Amino acid sequence: MIELQGVNKTYQVGDSPLRALRDVDLLVGEGEYLSVMGPSGSGKSTLLNMIGLLDRPDSGSYLLDEVHTETLPEEQRAQFRGEQIGFIFQSFHLVSRLTALENVELPMMLAGVSLRERRIAAHEVLAQVGLEAWSGHHPNQLSGGQLQRVAIARAIVMKPRILLADEPTGNLDQASGQEIISVLENLNAEGITLMMVTHDLNLGQRARRQIRMVDGQIEADSRTETDARADHATV
Amino acid sequence: MQLSDQIRFNGQIFLRHRVRTGLLLMAVGLGVASVILLTSLGEGARRYVYQEFSALGNQLLIVFPGRKETTGGTPPVYGTAPRDLTLEDAMAMSRIPSVKAVAPIIAGTAAIAVDNISRESIVLGSTPEIFQVRQLEVSQGKILPDRTRSEAMAVCVLGAKLKRELFGHGRAIGEWIRAGDRRMRVVGVLVERGESLGMDLSDMIIVPVRTAEQMFNSPGLFRILIELAGNADLPRTESRIKAIIRERHEGDEDITLVSQDAMLASFDNILATLTLAIAAIAAISLLVAGILIMNLSLISVSQRKREIGLLKAIGASSAQVRQLFLGESLMLVSLGSVAGVIFAWAVVLIIGRLWPVFPIFPPWWSVPAAVGTALLAGLVFSLMPARRAAALDPVLALSGQGGGQGG
Ligand SMILES: Nc1ncnc2c1ncn2[C@@H]1O[C@H](COP(=O)(O)OP(=O)(O)O)[C@@H](O)[C@H]1O
Ligand SMILES: [Mg+2]
Repeated sequence: MIELQGVNKTYQVGDSPLRALRDVDLLVGEGEYLSVMGPSGSGKSTLLNMIGLLDRPDSGSYLLDEVHTETLPEEQRAQFRGEQIGFIFQSFHLVSRLTALENVELPMMLAGVSLRERRIAAHEVLAQVGLEAWSGHHPNQLSGGQLQRVAIARAIVMKPRILLADEPTGNLDQASGQEIISVLENLNAEGITLMMVTHDLNLGQRARRQIRMVDGQIEADSRTETDARADHATV
Repeated sequence: MQLSDQIRFNGQIFLRHRVRTGLLLMAVGLGVASVILLTSLGEGARRYVYQEFSALGNQLLIVFPGRKETTGGTPPVYGTAPRDLTLEDAMAMSRIPSVKAVAPIIAGTAAIAVDNISRESIVLGSTPEIFQVRQLEVSQGKILPDRTRSEAMAVCVLGAKLKRELFGHGRAIGEWIRAGDRRMRVVGVLVERGESLGMDLSDMIIVPVRTAEQMFNSPGLFRILIELAGNADLPRTESRIKAIIRERHEGDEDITLVSQDAMLASFDNILATLTLAIAAIAAISLLVAGILIMNLSLISVSQRKREIGLLKAIGASSAQVRQLFLGESLMLVSLGSVAGVIFAWAVVLIIGRLWPVFPIFPPWWSVPAAVGTALLAGLVFSLMPARRAAALDPVLALSGQGGGQGG
């Protein structure tokens, strides 16, 4: 469902160009569980943002369900983000003036879902991440692990098919990190495609497929390109 | 995104930033209130003038010597030097059936003296009719005697203030005064009365018209005041007056007629224009409020960068982000406007209570104009911040950077 071909992204840093992604090819099938590892600055976040339609490639193509996303107008890319993709960030990005429940509701509110409908859906996903009892709390009343679980609930409330997590445990202690990983793995077990950037080798190695990035290139992929293509063809 | 959701979302922002919101509400509220209050004062002045005119109760027509050209107040053209308007002209006019009273006026100034007190005053030479036409009454003594319609007599009626200056609290009736080089007897003192149609009569002295003619050595009238009968047809009376003048002035219609209605209409025009002008000045305060909204919105956009990035990441389009920020300003302006309108009405009611003679009242257009201007200013001045928010790159915004100035 995700197909990157020859994707390049160059940032201008000062007066020297910085190639954050170099000719990246990547195929990800429905329901896969990938971890992306590599040194800091190697382009992991850029890759994730590209797949999450937050960024556009300078050259190359990105097909999502066989749709050329790089030429889509911004409105449609926003709609894709809302409906197909869930984002989880290292720093949670919850809106501090809103309760946990209201934070979870946000994507549905933007999509124009009625209050009653989204209340039901938000309570459901909060229960799923084990935070039903905390729905009325504001972010400053929650622990790091709880904040990230609220963020996960928000990411899945629209029932997206792809979940992108950029170092979701980076700000958490060991135990909370483990909890978050198991929540994410459960979601993957239910069918969601999970792609997670991590620094933690132990966590990264739990993924069925592991990608290692260096200098904007995919240096290693635990599954060979041909395997992936075959996998993609069967889906 | 539904409207009710947007209102709730903005409401939560307002609650979170109470000081900022309070400040903006106050700025908008004061702007709206000042437009309404100042236009109410203008409208009050207009109504006050109406009130004054209608207090006179009668229909007045004023005849001026000389023709006023249609192009404006230019002097008469060469060769048609105006004839004087004479007492005989005035008498001829008094024979028109729809005319109730005619008061010819000769005006000049003279030193009015009693013993060694002397005052330079305006002298009005007229007939007893002036008291009826201008609705003047005497508080002491009598008005000019009937004989003064056709004869010079050494009598006069003093304005209340002039009487005080010459006689203090002493008795004036029956006393002799000097007006210029003439001696005359005081027969009456006018009642105390404020200005009437812009002329302060309490400073003046009224003498018989023939006496004034001799004093100022001129048969020409300053003007003629005509009071019309209750059922008079104004245009027909005007044309009869003109016909009389043409007949008496060898075919020249060298007078200017101004009716009370026309005077009222021109006052009305002046005051309406003035009201509009002060409304425009008051609207500047709304402009100031708009600029305040713009600056605080720009700060808010840079403070809420991460939130904007997040909204985009979870599915908000640029148009939606722009709409959120515009909606926030419009909601704020609406709330501020409501507060301003309520405040202005309260002040108008209070002024009306404290000062009942002055009919302060907002003109019908002032509330829509004030609120409309506020909304427009709010919209225009939040376009730029909203656009800046919409244009933020989500990746940079999420990391709290990018999108121009600030951070
Ligand atoms: N918006 C940007 N402008 C300039 N440079 C950027 C931008 N985003 C990322 N980079 C640079 O691109 C490189 C890759 O960044 P990133 O994908 O965030 O790396 P990683 O997530 O692997 O640490 C880094 O050198 C980073 O400094
Ligand atoms: Mg990164």
